[in-house]
Amino acid sequence: MDILFEPFQFEFFRNGVMVSLLVGALCGLMGVYIVLRGMSYIGHGLSHAIFGGAVVTYVMAWNFYLGAGLWGFLAAVLINQTVRRTRISADAAIGVVTTASFAIGVALISRYRHFTRSFDAALFGNILGVTVEDVQVVALVTLVVILIIFFMYKQLLFTTFNVEVAQVYGVKTEWVDTLFSLALAATLIASMQILGVTLIAAALVIPAITARLLTDSFNRMIILSTLMGMLTNLAGMYLSYYIDVASGATIVLVQATVFGLSLVVSFAQKRAARRLTHTHI
Amino acid sequence: MPVLENVSLHLHRGQFAALVGPSGAGKTTLLKLILGTLQPTHGEIYTHGKLLQNGQAPRVGYVPQLETVDWNFPVTVEQAVWMGQIGNKNIWPWMNVQERQQVQVMLERLGIAGLAKRHIRDLSGGQQQRVFLARALISNPDLLVLDEPTVGLDIQTAEMILVLLAELNRQGVTLLMTTHDLNAAAAHLPWVICLNQKVVAQGAPEDVFTESILSETYQGKMMVFIHNGMMFIQQKPHGHHYRDLVPEPVPGEIP
Repeated sequence: MDILFEPFQFEFFRNGVMVSLLVGALCGLMGVYIVLRGMSYIGHGLSHAIFGGAVVTYVMAWNFYLGAGLWGFLAAVLINQTVRRTRISADAAIGVVTTASFAIGVALISRYRHFTRSFDAALFGNILGVTVEDVQVVALVTLVVILIIFFMYKQLLFTTFNVEVAQVYGVKTEWVDTLFSLALAATLIASMQILGVTLIAAALVIPAITARLLTDSFNRMIILSTLMGMLTNLAGMYLSYYIDVASGATIVLVQATVFGLSLVVSFAQKRAARRLTHTHI
Repeated sequence: MPVLENVSLHLHRGQFAALVGPSGAGKTTLLKLILGTLQPTHGEIYTHGKLLQNGQAPRVGYVPQLETVDWNFPVTVEQAVWMGQIGNKNIWPWMNVQERQQVQVMLERLGIAGLAKRHIRDLSGGQQQRVFLARALISNPDLLVLDEPTVGLDIQTAEMILVLLAELNRQGVTLLMTTHDLNAAAAHLPWVICLNQKVVAQGAPEDVFTESILSETYQGKMMVFIHNGMMFIQQKPHGHHYRDLVPEPVPGEIP
């Protein structure tokens, strides 16, 4: 039991656990829509775009959450509008918009080399840097995203299933996409501190695809993915503490392990089902 | 070059009509204009005497081509049909009692009540088509629009779906569908519209499916046969017939 409670004597760990549970829930929940829309690459791209925004807000001395959040939201809207209004495909639009945004960050860092080290946490995640203010912000973001998904459930489900048909049935799909982009940008900002820009995409996608392997029900997928995000983040936090490895990396490695195990279970179930239905003539 | 030009169509309440024409004739474009997902560069569209304005969804039920559906999406039959009730005032992310009853009634009407909890992938082609018909009908639309409802279905299932559509039409539903299956349209539909960038002709199949109108629509030599009172349409083969080139059939062999 000491192993479980010992780290809690440190404030950074208590803050870290709270944030990681919230971020796990957020990423697990948003990841379901990302995976089902076939947009796995957007988490990766947008987190890089937000990195550019984070550097700009630092240089301009703006509030990090507001500045980087707005930057990420605008990048997401720009990607959506590029895809809707041109013949450019989603992956190409993500590639251009987010890489250009990331390049702005890198250019600013190389121009002002003296603050290069401050962005290690944003790139790779650092649980030591989580403050009470961070916990409050992440809690607020989690609440807002949950409320958006709760009250937009039907519209999001229909738009994710078939955007063109949803439009025919009166769903304002452009608004749904814009709201979703806002929620995604907020999720990425909230997750940046603990997971780092380079690892957020995995934390968004892995719980959702693991849940998809285990269920054919949309509601169950949401619940499983959210719980898996929380539990794997918690396990990753403990592992990070005891083996002294960056929190983002341990969380993603725990999630990848759970995904690997689920894959094995899923294969075994399918083989067993095939053996049961196979008949010899 | 415009996709459609000088198209003037009037669909009456209770009509059951098929849009036919070659690929690229503008059938899907016309459907999208009626559905409100595309805006005409010129002209106006009215549904029940009301002008269809930019971004406004008409009271139209839509059944897309089965090929456009993501069959791996984690959704049950019941949930897929529930999506058709998106216009209801229910803000909660679950079906209320009334919605559940309406879904059940609609599934019973289409003969798939026992499949409510099944995943949409685990159904036959005919059952899958019925699910999306149920979704379209549950909102009680003024018009039901179907994009190639029989494509990809075997001949018996396709026949079953057309009989079902005719039955829905008898119950008062106005239907407009696109199809490439001229023989099925001739056998089942009371009204056909030949389209190739403009309306070439419209009317009852026996009046419209003539060799001259079909040849103009399809820009190729078309042949029409009547056998036992049924109409059969075939494109005249170009050059030699395959059977002329291979006079002796090659027998198959079961190892």
